[in-house]
This record gives sequence, C-alpha cells and structure tokens, in this order.
Amino acid sequence: MNETFDVAIVGAGPAGISAAITLANAGIKTVVVERGEYPGAKNMSGGVLYGHDLGQILPDFTKIPGFPIERNIIESRIWYLSKEAGISVGYRDSIFAGERKQNVFTVGRAKFDRWYADQARKKGALIVPATVVLDLIRENGRVTGVQTGRADGDIHAKVVLIADGVNSRLAVTAGFRPDVKPEHVALAVKEVIELAPEIIDQRFGVSDGNGVTTEILGAVAGGMDGVGVLYTNKASISLALGANLADFSKTKLKPYDLIETFKKHPMVAPLIAGGKSLEYTAHWLPEGGYDTMPKLYGDGYLIAGDSAMLFNAPHREGSNLAMLSGKMAADTIIEAMKTGDFSAKSLSAYNTKLSESKILQDMKKYRGFGGFLYDHKEIFETMPEIVQFGGRELLTVNAESKKTKQDKIIKKLRKDMGIPRFVRLMWSGFRAVK
Amino acid sequence: MKIEDKLFLDRFRVEEESHLKITDADKCKQCEDQPCLNLCPANVYRLEDGCIMVNYEGCLECGSCRIACPKLNIDWNYPRGGFGISHKFG
Repeated sequence: MNETFDVAIVGAGPAGISAAITLANAGIKTVVVERGEYPGAKNMSGGVLYGHDLGQILPDFTKIPGFPIERNIIESRIWYLSKEAGISVGYRDSIFAGERKQNVFTVGRAKFDRWYADQARKKGALIVPATVVLDLIRENGRVTGVQTGRADGDIHAKVVLIADGVNSRLAVTAGFRPDVKPEHVALAVKEVIELAPEIIDQRFGVSDGNGVTTEILGAVAGGMDGVGVLYTNKASISLALGANLADFSKTKLKPYDLIETFKKHPMVAPLIAGGKSLEYTAHWLPEGGYDTMPKLYGDGYLIAGDSAMLFNAPHREGSNLAMLSGKMAADTIIEAMKTGDFSAKSLSAYNTKLSESKILQDMKKYRGFGGFLYDHKEIFETMPEIVQFGGRELLTVNAESKKTKQDKIIKKLRKDMGIPRFVRLMWSGFRAVK
Repeated sequence: MKIEDKLFLDRFRVEEESHLKITDADKCKQCEDQPCLNLCPANVYRLEDGCIMVNYEGCLECGSCRIACPKLNIDWNYPRGGFGISHKFG
C-alpha cells in the first residue's frame, strides 16, 4: 500500500476517529491505521461519554442509525468505602432525562468505536484495521509518513497524527516522549457483567433507557491509590477497578484477586448478584497529569488523546478529551493545508487551541491531583477505617450517650491519624483541586 | 472466579510467536521482587523451576510488565495487526 495521503492517523480510537471525521468533512484525503482486528478491538474505558463533546464532531449523533448508546445517565453516585462498609452520595436530576439528555451516557468502546469509525468511513476516510504502525518515516528531520507491519506498507502523508493511546509505542520509538513511568499510570481491570435490563432498572431505580454511574473511592484496592467504577449499561454492568501501577509493584497485589474481592463488597455484591461475566479486559489510565504531557506537535506531526496523557481523573473525562483534541488537531491541519506549511511553527496552532479550551485549562487545574492521591495513602486505608468506626458508632443505638460516641470518634481520629495530619490532608486536597 | 476463567471469556487470536520476550533470563534470576509475577492482570508471567515463563497467549496488552520491570528486561511489542485480544464490549 505504498500510497500518499494528506493525513495519516495512527489509532482508530476517539482521538483518531474524531480527527478523521473532521478532516474527511473538509475533503482532506485521510487514512486511519488501526492495529486491532476492527476499530475498538483494543480499546477500553470505564464507559462514559459526553454528548456535548461528541456533538462538536457529529452534531446530530443521536439521529445517526445504530448510535450505540448503552444508557443515558441521570444520576451520578460517589461512594467512599471501607472494607466492610461505605458512604454513598448521589445526585439525580430530571433535567438529564429531559432537555439535557445524553449529557453523559455509557458506551462499550468496542461497539462505540466501531460505529464511530463507520461514520468516518462514510464521510470518505480510509480505515485500515489489523495493521500495526512500527515507526515514522522522516525526511530531513520532518515526519512524512508511517511505516506499517504490512509488506510494502509505507504510507506517505503531509502530516501524521499520533493517536495510538496511552500505551503509545510509536511516540516512544519516535523519541517524542519517554516511556511511561509506573507511577504515572493506573492499571485498571474491568469486567462486563450481564444482567437483564429490567433487573438493572429495578436495582438502580431507573427506566426508559436511563442509568446510573458510581465512582468508588476509598479502600477499594487493598490500600493502594486506587478507584473503582460501577456503570450501568443496557443489559450489563461495567465493573472496573484500577490502582497506580507503582503501588501494584510495591504491594504485590494481583489485579484479578482485587476485582474478586471488590465484587464481594456489601455495597457492590447486591447490584451484580446473579450476573454473568462476559468479558475481562485491562488498560492503563494516564494519571500523570499536566506535568507528564509530551510536546504535542513538531515538524509534520501532532499527538492527541491518551497518547498525549490527556485525562481529567476527578471528572472521569478522558475519551471526550481525546475526541476534542483529535478535532483540534484536525482543525489545525485544515488550516495548515491552506498554506502547505506543516512545520512545527505552523502546527503550534494546535497547542494554542488546546490552551484556550477546557482541555489544558482543566489539566492545569488538576495538575496536582494525581500526586496528592499518590502521596496520601491514608485516604485509601486509615481514613476509610475511621469513617467506618464513626458510622458504626453513630448508627448503633446502645446505652452510650451521643457525646460519648462523639468523643470516641475524635479519639480514634487522634490516635490513628492525628488532628494536624487530618487538617493538612484536607488542605492539600483542597489545593490539589482548587 | 479464577483468572483462567476470566481469560476464557475473552476472544484471542493467538500468534505463533510471542510478542513478549524476556531479553536476558539471568537478569530475572537476579531480580528480587519479580513484580511481573503479581501485577500482570492476565497472569502471563509464571515461575516454573525458578524460571519465569511467558504465557503470552492471554496477554491483555496493557503494557504494565514492560514499564514495571525493575530491570526493563521485557521486549514488549504489539502483536501483529489483527492478532491478540479483540474486545467484544470494551
């Protein structure tokens, strides 16, 4: 396939496909090279997407046949768990079932990305699956294409968009970023657990294709810096659990044992009871934040999505940032096509677009968040135990006065953690997200 | 549910040759922690007669072994295009 295109995109995920749709809309000759058997075959996320951001690329996405939505999310819950107990806070709003429908919705990435790539194909982009990009082609220091694993597999292009995900071999091989450090990613495992739609409706108190997401914090990963999610799909539950990879190294905990323990937690077990596991997958989350982002452009290339470490952990935004960054990369390329200048200077407009958008503004706002969690393991072990102690004291009715109970809780906090440390923790937490 | 049963749920198209190679087996013998034995979500790395065996067939392609290896002793490549795991739901 020794062919020449205007743009070669590496990776048919949300970043690459968003770019491909935008470019194809502008009549630009675009190829997307994907290593999976089909787009989405290697992709995994917790499973939420955001309608506003998808709408920037496909304005009428809900009207496109086959739009693979699982459930429209009307309630977002946050849990803080100890090993045997938990606090639950949720926000449900009828606006999300009405005029702000599809504000957040769940998807399965294998299904969604395949459909999304079909939209790019319909608009004229060429999608080449089952093909690994091994390296970039360069001429005079400028990227001019990609070398694939196929025989005669060189693809020449005016510009290359690297969107091959968080485990980007290409960006590393090309020297555009060092290989990822264990402390900068979370390793997540996920099970998709089949349940009848009406059982999901009953258990979560929803109907009409609506659903609930739950972000799960606290002692969910054996004391590691970890997080869980439990999302409702049409006829399944996505249950995922992730923890910092450096913590996995230190603790020697096994991801598949942890998710089994997680399934048995008294808050989780009743929601998945009777369900049948359909799939087990693993993937990284780029948690390193703003300070681990590589330079996102150079002579003849741009980097988008997870490859660029774009991820907003506290707001569970990743796939949507990939989409928006893919679109901004495409818009930059469309402008550069007018002058034919694909130098780093010309492509630096991409960085300006990202900086002016919520993407880099949010990345900067939360730049300290990952480090804050990683450095404060008490959030994942000591604090949950104190919360459990407090909950049991306050909610157990016995002969003790409430004042006695309150004193016991404060004593526990003093003993296990210390008041100054607790105050410092709160202050650091506030500073990490302010 | 055991890890073997979890992997049994997934769809793999297995290559004849491993995409994961230990560069220098001696380095593994000198490695005290051998984190690959525990952190791999697919239990690809197993100790047999003191040697680390690579059961690449069930690899979920996350990349964790490569970057967590204290000696950076794993030559990690993507499987050939179209091979390896294919997510059904994702």
